[in-house]
Amino acid sequence: MDWALPPNYSTQGIVIDQLFWIIFWLTFAAFVLVEGGILWFVLKYRNREGHTAHYTHGSNKLEVIWTVIPAIVFAVLGAYSAGVWANIKNPDNFPEDALEFLVVGKQFEWNITYPGMDRQLGTADDFIVRNQFHMPVNEPVIVNLEAEDVIHSFFIPELRVKQDAVPGMTIPIWFDATTTGDFEIACAELCGLGHYRMAASVTVHESADFDAWQASQATAQAQ
Amino acid sequence: MAHAATAGRAPERGLDVYTQKVGMWVFLCSEVMFFAGLIGSYVVLRFGAADVWAEPGDVLAIGITAVNTFILICSSVTMVKAFAAAEADDQKGIRNYLLATTLLGALFLGIQVYEYTELVLHAEWQGSHGFTPQAGLYGATFYTMTGFHGFHVLLGVVCLAWATKRAYAGHWGKDNTHGIEVLGLYWHFVDLVWIILFTIVYLI
Amino acid sequence: MATIVAEATGQAILQEEHEQSFLRKYIFSTDHKVIAIQFLFTTLFFLAVGGFLAMMMRYQIAWPDQPIPGGGIFPESMVASGYILPEFYNSLVTMHGSIMVFLAIMPMLVGVYANYLIPLQLGTHDMAFPRLNMYSFWVMVPAGILTLASFFVVGGAAGAGWTLYAPLSARPDLTGVALGQQMWLVAIVLIGLSSIFGSLNYITTVINMRAPGMTWFRMPLTIWALFITAILGLLAMPVLSAAGIMLLFDQTIGTSFFLPEGGGQPLLWQHLFWFFGHPEVYILILPAMGFTSEILSVGSRKPVFGYKAMVWAIIGIAFLGFIVWGHHMFQSGMNPTLGLTFTVSTLFIAVPSAIKTFNWMGTMWRGNLHFHTPMLFAIGFVAMFAIGGLSGIFMASTPVDIYIHDTYFIVAHIHYVLFGGSLFALFAAIYFWFPKMFGRMMNEKLGKIHFWTTMIFFNLVFFPMHGVGMVGMMRRIYDSTGYAHLQGIGGTNELMTWSAFALYATGFLFAFNFFWSIFKGKKAEANPWNATTLEWQTPSPPKHGNWAEVPVVYHGPHEYSHPGVTDKDWLAQNERPDLPSPAGGH
Repeated sequence: MDWALPPNYSTQGIVIDQLFWIIFWLTFAAFVLVEGGILWFVLKYRNREGHTAHYTHGSNKLEVIWTVIPAIVFAVLGAYSAGVWANIKNPDNFPEDALEFLVVGKQFEWNITYPGMDRQLGTADDFIVRNQFHMPVNEPVIVNLEAEDVIHSFFIPELRVKQDAVPGMTIPIWFDATTTGDFEIACAELCGLGHYRMAASVTVHESADFDAWQASQATAQAQ
Repeated sequence: MAHAATAGRAPERGLDVYTQKVGMWVFLCSEVMFFAGLIGSYVVLRFGAADVWAEPGDVLAIGITAVNTFILICSSVTMVKAFAAAEADDQKGIRNYLLATTLLGALFLGIQVYEYTELVLHAEWQGSHGFTPQAGLYGATFYTMTGFHGFHVLLGVVCLAWATKRAYAGHWGKDNTHGIEVLGLYWHFVDLVWIILFTIVYLI
Repeated sequence: MATIVAEATGQAILQEEHEQSFLRKYIFSTDHKVIAIQFLFTTLFFLAVGGFLAMMMRYQIAWPDQPIPGGGIFPESMVASGYILPEFYNSLVTMHGSIMVFLAIMPMLVGVYANYLIPLQLGTHDMAFPRLNMYSFWVMVPAGILTLASFFVVGGAAGAGWTLYAPLSARPDLTGVALGQQMWLVAIVLIGLSSIFGSLNYITTVINMRAPGMTWFRMPLTIWALFITAILGLLAMPVLSAAGIMLLFDQTIGTSFFLPEGGGQPLLWQHLFWFFGHPEVYILILPAMGFTSEILSVGSRKPVFGYKAMVWAIIGIAFLGFIVWGHHMFQSGMNPTLGLTFTVSTLFIAVPSAIKTFNWMGTMWRGNLHFHTPMLFAIGFVAMFAIGGLSGIFMASTPVDIYIHDTYFIVAHIHYVLFGGSLFALFAAIYFWFPKMFGRMMNEKLGKIHFWTTMIFFNLVFFPMHGVGMVGMMRRIYDSTGYAHLQGIGGTNELMTWSAFALYATGFLFAFNFFWSIFKGKKAEANPWNATTLEWQTPSPPKHGNWAEVPVVYHGPHEYSHPGVTDKDWLAQNERPDLPSPAGGH
């Protein structure tokens, strides 16, 4: 049994995982406190000969304590999350000069428009490849997500990327990959009967190899 | 109700208002949310999206609907009068004002049906003849909102007709005003919704 | 509306007096207790149906490459040559969620227990509008029939998920489901109507029909929870109805509210749905919290710890519940800055839930714990709800949600809240109020076996889901074996499926105990649990009209082990305390 987060290969993933484990240990402590407390009370205060209940309606001091402490913990967690979130999702914080792609989801495939050698979308050397996403390593990329028919969700587990693609909208996201290799894109939003097989491959190249791959595709498609 | 006076103690009641009136207020809260859902969607769709809306008066006829609005407001006034007549035990007044309210409500519906017919058959919108619920978001939101309002008016008219029939049987009086008051609350609500709809759908 | 007016004229009240025909007494009854029992049977049936759909899903997830045993009895449009079809799998996913939420858990919490308990615990003879109450049941019946029938129409049942995300739900050409989806939308509107009729009754009854002496802060916590739940239902359901009607128009008459081709907005659907959907989450948990508070207090022989804090926590949850809907939409394409505000409100709503959990522990602390079946399930509720609450913190943190959104981690979370939470509390409630409803006790030994097997298998089904969610298994996928990153979870999926079968089997144990006890259970006294609230101070089952004489309330609801009372460890709400100082709820 393998119940772990998959290995992470992106810079965003580092903070996401960090936050995941912070929350994990926080909630684990609360889990032990609550479940342990219940078990202890169940054993200690079980009905038996001569045992009676202590009559009380509560304690305002305790109420204040267990209102304020969770509130502080949540406030800190919220503030930290907010910063990380803004860095990842807010378009104002996107890296400049990132390589841009257009990814269009439709039942049940991902069509990726590449910028071509001029690194610009919307120019003549753009080309489209179905279900294969190639990108350079250690370089932030921006994916503009669109959908043709229904809502899909662009999910790359190893890069900690997930974003819905909504018909009628263009949603930009950025991410990077810190290693070369092959990964998967899965669709994470129910999109119809082929939802389960709406997969595509991700190939992360060395920068030079990526350029070479783009060049070869461009010539292949030109013919 | 019988049990209220039991045990020789003041009954512990939350509000000094009879139950049916509380019930109607509670019901109207849910009605507010229903229309808020429709109107909220309209606002989002109209001001948040690219679809086209006509200038006020271009497609929808403001004149006749203004008259219709006036009719509905008058019916609220007669409704108030009917309740006042009931409290004063004025049988003739109850009959006449309830009848008037019913007829004004029915007239409103008749004009709305006429308006719909004209729109569907004769209006010009985006080069096509006839303005239907399929005519973009403009048509869809217009018919949905005014249609559901009309449905509420229809329900009200049916209840009013029933209340009028009872009025002729001498059912209402100063000891029996609750039904008229509760029905009145509903009727004023329907009127209020119309004034909002008239403003945001026809005038803006 | 017409009914309120009719009842305002005194029409409906008279019918109670004379002898009633069978039809009036058991079928078209206006007695809140009979209506509650009608809801109970109906919702238990749908619980079984919803569970069955889940079993088929679990089979498919564990063994996608094997034909399902007995698959031959299904039509070819669902199971072809032994294999569940992907489109049928989507219907299973959709209808499991829809049925469980709308036809099982929600009507069981409110339809059954709000109906049964509000008049009894408040000391009144019936609901404010008995006829409307009857309609609230009979409007739900066609909704249930439509739902079941939708499986057998051309195209099958709705398959766009219980959340009905447009455009998938709005365009029949994209799913192949037309009529099934439309039937389900009509059913939703009917259920909305049923819920609004119910809420209207519950709210009015609580506001205006409390027994003499039953002040707001003497109401049992169950009533507080049901009252606030009714307000949530009253304000949230109409929004779903409005949205559902617009979606139905998109489906049938060619409008485009949610279709971008016609200028509409798919995200508008999500905003409307979750504006309803999040209060709905609390509709599904608040009553469960109320039952738990009360049963823990009875089982611990102690007053509820921090009664007023509990009340304010319920009110706080209800208020915040209306401003957190966006946390279902962090990855939806909604403006990321908007996401921030929803994170803040979401983390705030966790505070009252934490308060409640600590107060439940406080209720048990230094108590005198009696482990009867209702108490076991109530303790189970606290233990499981705590896990569901804690796992919610992961997704409240927006960056973490990027990864776990739409994975099985979410599925684990909602089942810890809805099954470990709501359903555990419902089992507690069923065992607890069964003697009042049917005049007989449920079998304790079977009940305890039911509790322990449920506890064990529930955790074996749903705890590993956190694990497969962490691995990255997406929700609602028909076959996970094609993905490289999901290669290691086959064994876990099989374990969960076997456990799910066992969990479903424990349901039959419960059903046997339930039906057997109705006829053969030990006769129940009026107050078998030595409880203080008013429903126990009248015969089991109570007669039509509930009270020979309307009770007068002298003090708060959960007076156990008061040091001034020496002959017993409880003091009923309608018992006059001959004590040096009055035992008020301070």
